[in-house]
Amino acid sequence: MHHIYCPYCEEMREEEEYSYTGEAHIERPKDPAAISDEAWANYIFFRSNPRGIHHEMWYHAAGCRRYFNATRDTQSYKVHETYKMGEMPSITAQTLAVANLSEKGGAS
Amino acid sequence: MSPNLPQINRLATGGRIDRSKPMSFTFNGKTYQGFEGDTLASAMLANGVGVVGRSFKYSRARGILGHGAEEPNALMQLHKGKETIPNPRATQVELFDGLTATSTNGWPSAEFDLMSLMGKIGGKMMPPGFYYKTFMAPQKMWMTYEKLIRKAAGFGKLSLEADPDTYDKINAHCDVMVVGAGPAGLAAALEAGRSGKRVIIVDEQNEFGGTLLASTQTVDGIDAATWAEQATSQLEGMANVLVMPRTTAFGYYDHNFVVALERRTDHIGPVAKTGTRQRLHRIRAHQVILATGAIERPLVFGNNDLPGIMLSNSVSTYINRYAVVPGQRCVIMTTNDSGYQTALDIQGAGRTVVAVVDSRQTPNGRLVEAAKAAGIQVMAGHGVIEAQGSKKVMGAIVAPLDEAGDKVIGAGKTLSCDLIAVAGGWSPVVHLSCHTGSRPVWKDDVAGFVPGPSIQNQHLAGAVTGEYLLSEALNAGIQAGATASGTTSAQIFDCGDESIGVSQALYLVPHTKPISRAPKQFVDFQNDVTAAGIELAAREGFQSIEHVKRYTAMGFGTDQGKTGNINGMAIVAKTMNKSIAETGTTIFRPAYTPVTFGAIGGRDVGELLDPARHTAMHPWHLANGAEFENVGQWKRPWYFPQAGETMQQTLNRECLAVRNSVGILDASTLGKIDIQGKDAREFLNRVYTNAWSKLAPGKCRYGLMLKEDGMIFDDGVTACLSDNHFLMTTTSGGAAAVLGWLELWHQTEWPEMEVYFTSVTDQWATCSFAGPNSRKVLEKLCTDVDLSAEAMKFMDWREGTVAGIKARIFRISFTGELSFEVNVPADQGHYMWKKLMEAGEEFGITPYGTESMHVLRAEKGFIIAGQDTDGSMTPYDCLMGWAVGKTKEFSFLGERSFSRPDTARTDRKQLVGLKPKDPTVVIPEGAQIVMDPNQPIPMDMMGHVTSSYWSECLGHGIAMGTVKGGSDRMGETVYCPLADGRVLAAQICSPVFYDPKGDHHND
Repeated sequence: MHHIYCPYCEEMREEEEYSYTGEAHIERPKDPAAISDEAWANYIFFRSNPRGIHHEMWYHAAGCRRYFNATRDTQSYKVHETYKMGEMPSITAQTLAVANLSEKGGAS
Repeated sequence: MSPNLPQINRLATGGRIDRSKPMSFTFNGKTYQGFEGDTLASAMLANGVGVVGRSFKYSRARGILGHGAEEPNALMQLHKGKETIPNPRATQVELFDGLTATSTNGWPSAEFDLMSLMGKIGGKMMPPGFYYKTFMAPQKMWMTYEKLIRKAAGFGKLSLEADPDTYDKINAHCDVMVVGAGPAGLAAALEAGRSGKRVIIVDEQNEFGGTLLASTQTVDGIDAATWAEQATSQLEGMANVLVMPRTTAFGYYDHNFVVALERRTDHIGPVAKTGTRQRLHRIRAHQVILATGAIERPLVFGNNDLPGIMLSNSVSTYINRYAVVPGQRCVIMTTNDSGYQTALDIQGAGRTVVAVVDSRQTPNGRLVEAAKAAGIQVMAGHGVIEAQGSKKVMGAIVAPLDEAGDKVIGAGKTLSCDLIAVAGGWSPVVHLSCHTGSRPVWKDDVAGFVPGPSIQNQHLAGAVTGEYLLSEALNAGIQAGATASGTTSAQIFDCGDESIGVSQALYLVPHTKPISRAPKQFVDFQNDVTAAGIELAAREGFQSIEHVKRYTAMGFGTDQGKTGNINGMAIVAKTMNKSIAETGTTIFRPAYTPVTFGAIGGRDVGELLDPARHTAMHPWHLANGAEFENVGQWKRPWYFPQAGETMQQTLNRECLAVRNSVGILDASTLGKIDIQGKDAREFLNRVYTNAWSKLAPGKCRYGLMLKEDGMIFDDGVTACLSDNHFLMTTTSGGAAAVLGWLELWHQTEWPEMEVYFTSVTDQWATCSFAGPNSRKVLEKLCTDVDLSAEAMKFMDWREGTVAGIKARIFRISFTGELSFEVNVPADQGHYMWKKLMEAGEEFGITPYGTESMHVLRAEKGFIIAGQDTDGSMTPYDCLMGWAVGKTKEFSFLGERSFSRPDTARTDRKQLVGLKPKDPTVVIPEGAQIVMDPNQPIPMDMMGHVTSSYWSECLGHGIAMGTVKGGSDRMGETVYCPLADGRVLAAQICSPVFYDPKGDHHND
């Protein structure tokens, strides 16, 4: 069971207080009527399904009722960070790859 | 109780038992005696009990193999009647006076088992995968076969009566969690405890100490068991350390969440006299130290499952901890130095060591030398290739082996013995580490799998890492404790245990005959998996270890391969000419050892299983004989039967009352969300399909809520309380989801909007009363609101006083009749209901439940979101285009999807009414709809029936359903072929069966 830091409550709380609500940073098109069916379908149906780093939304349903974002590894389930709605992640697959590379470089 | 029953294998002195406290117990109906401090297994062995059960597939006699969680054979049925407990291992059951135990299998008894004939005769007919091969066809017979197999093989039986015990659960947090209180765990906990960290240490046994309790070694000059006692009392004295014996950490989950089962009273008697029998601890730890030890591997040779063949360290444990020597003449078969310790222990107990048979050509090391010096015969470069005996060991055939341990290279001879102790090396207990998703890693020098790289804040200490010396375990424990606590320590223990010889990796002792011809060489005792079976599986093409496992059942059952897995995987690897590292291992899932369902349930059973929500009027419903239905967690009145009525008669009476006079419904469960803020109105515009810009205070409007794919997700009536204040109602089951949905859009897409959502479902009670006399009822109780049709129109709401209580009065209708809903604060709901019942008495006001509500609304063709829709219905599919705003400025949620080609198709499944051709018929809900009942199967499925009822008011059955292109099929005949062979015909019609013009609700 996950142990997740709510950036609004500023506390670690048990997973059972939260609901997972899907991929983060999916923006609703500003003018839906102006975009193609394909672009609309991409927005409503298609989500990335990465093995590894994933930015996703969680809802503190049994807590403060706030939605927030988490950077989580879908393989190890490690939660690298949580951040408020409207903020951007400080950890991404890219920054981690760079960090790993320099770690290896440093070790050799 | 007779105190003088002979315990033929009990030593006169020694052991951690209390000879002044004899305890009598029965096994398979015979009475025996043991002592306090015994396990059931040690007491059985003390009494010379050999056969403890019959094997799963071949029904072979089986004895006790181990002394702890690894025991595959000695599964017991404890206690009787409703107190009975199936499947605990005798090795983990603490003895108490009056304990009754039986074997879980064997018919008519474990000692004389008819089914073993089946094993002997049918053995060749029961290869691996025999279930699949034999019983796949005919499929219908499988159920019959399965019952027979289960009876024949059988693990324990559950009582079908209610469990007389209670259980509970508790949450705990700590800095450092230590799993296992052997030498490594004790040292780790001591170090962590001294640092001041909050520590929890658990161990599955009744006493802390693990191997120390049965060790003849010393720790810094102190006798090992004494050191363990001192360490334990030190820990118990630390206020920051929680010491939990009899507690098994059985699951290790994400983010250092460890779940442990504490057995609080199992060692005292069958049912807890006070308190709970077992407790589930849910522990969140900053750091976890796994000091779970290792399990000794048996050796695979012919007839290696005979009673009297035991793990070498288990024999030592029985001698040193329980003062029991389970034989008179012992042969020890070993591939490493640990067998020699057992030889010394047996000799020290005054019994005969016939020989230590060592597969290594030139064993050396401290223990080997000690054994030789004690005059013990060592047969180097030999192996026990076959055991002799039928229900117990009578002898061991010993033969010289080649250096690799692959071949028998000379003539064998038979050593007479009644005990064979086997030491096949050690398997680290990697189970908990595996639970976290870490794959174990093969290490040749350990000849075993060790935990893979840690993916959590996890540390390892002791034998779980493949370091088996006592001093190594203690020192690693100190270091793990220090690391986990963020401190350092230079403490080093001296146990004088250096100089250990190199082990040989020997997973299958060769026989003079090929594997398929040799006597059965068992790998997995609990599931009767043999070396021949595994070899056959590999030959038949099963290449993945996971497939071999499932085909042979190796590692199944309550045992989960604790003793058998490594030998089995090695045999697979060898058959396929691969290394064990290449074939890999199956991984372990929770639970490490079986967990009672009682503990998992805890107090969440019976009426506490799920919270029940009751409305304010619930006591009235109960007092008036309501039958209830569950709607989410709500208990809603379903119908109110009167004496002698069938359910249908009740529904007919309730529906006619609404149509002809007045009926009353408790509608408190509808979700209610209070919405405020200057942007509240615009927010409604965005989440509902219709327009809200012009809805004036005092007015209500029905709204449809869609997901972005254009499909209906919830519906309800929203009232404008004031310009910036609305009250939204949702379906009873959808309230929480709708609130989350509104918050989602506000918080993620439109945070600039000033709007606030508050659930007020529980704050208001709602009495809904409908029927031509409903206004007359209300007029008797409410004088400060003009309720006339002209002053208060359909879809108006007013604030007023009803029966002296300030109320919100809504004129809305879900029945098609003139109807009012009175909302009052919940604590006044029961009173309001009673007042309405009084006022309505002269009109025969009739309480009705959800079922009549369903009938009444279906007569009007009103949908229920979630019953007539299923997440694939647009408003247009539901003939509700009227509820969709066509000129709204903002592209409301779901609007864009209406023009998607798939959503815009005209042949989508659309809502229709269905009038059965036979007016007396009610089509079952869920029935499939086809156009041609004579079409061969598979038929073209055109849709299905979503709602169907008897309408007493109309005098015929009515139904709603979805049919492809249904809107263009008015008047067509469709058919519902049923499972019972009937085919019901119906005509497609408008779903509005009653009062299509809506005259009634506008009265």
